Amino acid sequence: MTTAVTLDGVSCVFGSPGHEVRAVDGVDLRIEAGEFFTLLGPSGSGKTTCLRMIGGFTLPTAGRVLIGGQDVSLQPPYARPVNTVFQDYALFPHMSIRDNVGYALMVRKVSKAERMKRADELLALVELGGVGDRRPAQLSGGQRQRVALARALISQPQVLLLDEPLGALDLKLREQMQSELKALQRRLGITFLFITHDQHEALSMSDRIGVFNQGKLEQVGTPQQVYDAPSTRFVAHFVGAANVLDGDVALRLAGRPSAMLRPERIRLGAAEGARATGAVREVQYFGAFTRIKVDAAGTLLQADLPGAAAAPLPAVGDAVHLHWDGGAVHALASGPSR
Amino acid sequence: MLAPPAAGLQRRVSDLLYTRRGLLLLALLGPPLLWFGVIYLGSLFALLANAFFGLDDFTGQVVREFTLKNFVELTDPANLDVARRSITMAIAVTLACTVIAFPLAYYMARHASGAGKALLYIAVMLPLWSSYLVRLYAWKLLLAKEGAINWLAQQTHTAWLVEGLLSLPAIGGPSLSFSAIGTFIVFVYMWLPFMILPIQAAIERIPGSYIEASGDLGAGPAMTFFKVILPLALPGIAAGSIFTFSLTLGDYIIPQVIGDSTLYIGQVVYRQQGVAGNVPFAAAFSLVPIVVIGIYLWLAKRLGAFDAM
Repeated sequence: MTTAVTLDGVSCVFGSPGHEVRAVDGVDLRIEAGEFFTLLGPSGSGKTTCLRMIGGFTLPTAGRVLIGGQDVSLQPPYARPVNTVFQDYALFPHMSIRDNVGYALMVRKVSKAERMKRADELLALVELGGVGDRRPAQLSGGQRQRVALARALISQPQVLLLDEPLGALDLKLREQMQSELKALQRRLGITFLFITHDQHEALSMSDRIGVFNQGKLEQVGTPQQVYDAPSTRFVAHFVGAANVLDGDVALRLAGRPSAMLRPERIRLGAAEGARATGAVREVQYFGAFTRIKVDAAGTLLQADLPGAAAAPLPAVGDAVHLHWDGGAVHALASGPSR
Repeated sequence: MLAPPAAGLQRRVSDLLYTRRGLLLLALLGPPLLWFGVIYLGSLFALLANAFFGLDDFTGQVVREFTLKNFVELTDPANLDVARRSITMAIAVTLACTVIAFPLAYYMARHASGAGKALLYIAVMLPLWSSYLVRLYAWKLLLAKEGAINWLAQQTHTAWLVEGLLSLPAIGGPSLSFSAIGTFIVFVYMWLPFMILPIQAAIERIPGSYIEASGDLGAGPAMTFFKVILPLALPGIAAGSIFTFSLTLGDYIIPQVIGDSTLYIGQVVYRQQGVAGNVPFAAAFSLVPIVVIGIYLWLAKRLGAFDAM
């Protein structure tokens, strides 16, 4: 495998001296060709700035950006072999859909006939044949998103950058677009660099995930690695729900100074052999599962009980006995100070 | 529980306006619509209706009988000349204002921020705070043969340039303040803010992501300018040009104070209704700018200037 994108000690600092904001702080990252790579993080964590430095809209203050082995750190966007699907789609309102999709070819002086033909092919690829003559304002949000995708793909970029492209869509449409995007990526074999703050999206679509926090990459790994073996407390909390235990509690319950236990790994059971016992403080019904919060000797533990569990659900105030397998506990590297 | 407030008159009026939205709308829009519809448009149409009346040559009284005499008179070569001169000046002033205003408007909209932006706004608006006549006579002094501009030209050894300009036929003259060039310069100065502000507003409305998307798709700065920024700024240019165009067509003071004493539409209208007392002909002549601007707007729409609105 070759490397599609390399970030080499990349930093980006905004603001005047004394009031500096380190949006991206010394990030090293390699994204392999053909990968579906997701940058996941809360808003303001630096993931979008990172994407903008790869696209060329923001220049790094330190470090190098390489695309396909070429140093593009200081190149303007139009010289880079990447294309972007913008968060607001950024379709040109004064052009027809076909002209929008064919824009990159118009820039390269491709003949009008060829341009129109290719634009229609791309529109068919995103299942939007027949809307070529319309204006962006006449399409729905989901359709606009597909046009933005077609427009970014027409010049066959080495890397496609997607900046929270599904954020503006409603839940049903978002889930449909998630699987379509994934299928499209597999079919085209283009490297996708996807930005999101939605952990479900990141887990379900990506080959690998990079978790961002405060300008730094906390962990890079497959969805399974990030979910099952988070390397920091931040990752444990941000990706999925987690019981993070520290100090004496962690030593007593998990046998380690700092540990994480996913709520769905906890079961209810008999008093005998229970790892913890306590009173139920809260019961939240989610349909597929029910989340209870148990006060186990001063430590609040979350447990997700499957909806199909035939046993009657505990009520607030009930005393319950919690069980889990030894393998369910994951030791965390960093202490409680972070 | 709180006791409901006493049901006074104020309360009942408030309830009525809340439940009857039409009444509220009427109360809010009535006065401005009355002003605009009756006083503003009404007086304009009353004036225009005058264009179809005649003047008794003997008594000088307006004869309230339908006639097209005034419009026939408009086609008189001298009057056509006035119209042609005014329209040419209006076009030249509009083009110059656009070219000068665009870079500044672009800078204000996309690059300036904070105090710098406020300062630019004030700099653009400041001239409008002082009297138009004061600025006009200031320009008369600047453009005069003994004025600052000539002095500066002599100091920088560019007097030949001014001389050359003034020796041009039709637009030249004895000095800048007595030439069509001078009239043009002052027109451009006077109406420039009316061009800068709409263009600035239009450019400010273009999301930064459009410009980034254009670059992302391979377009260099020039291509992005001509394919994305300029088309989206066109409604602003159109709005600004309506101001500069119609203000130039209607003005009668600037060409009176600065210029080669040839007449413009505004001056003819002023003289006909003031000195000559020929309100019907003045009304007919004032139809010319209205028709010209109507045609201009129709053309602008045909060319797609408002598509991005």
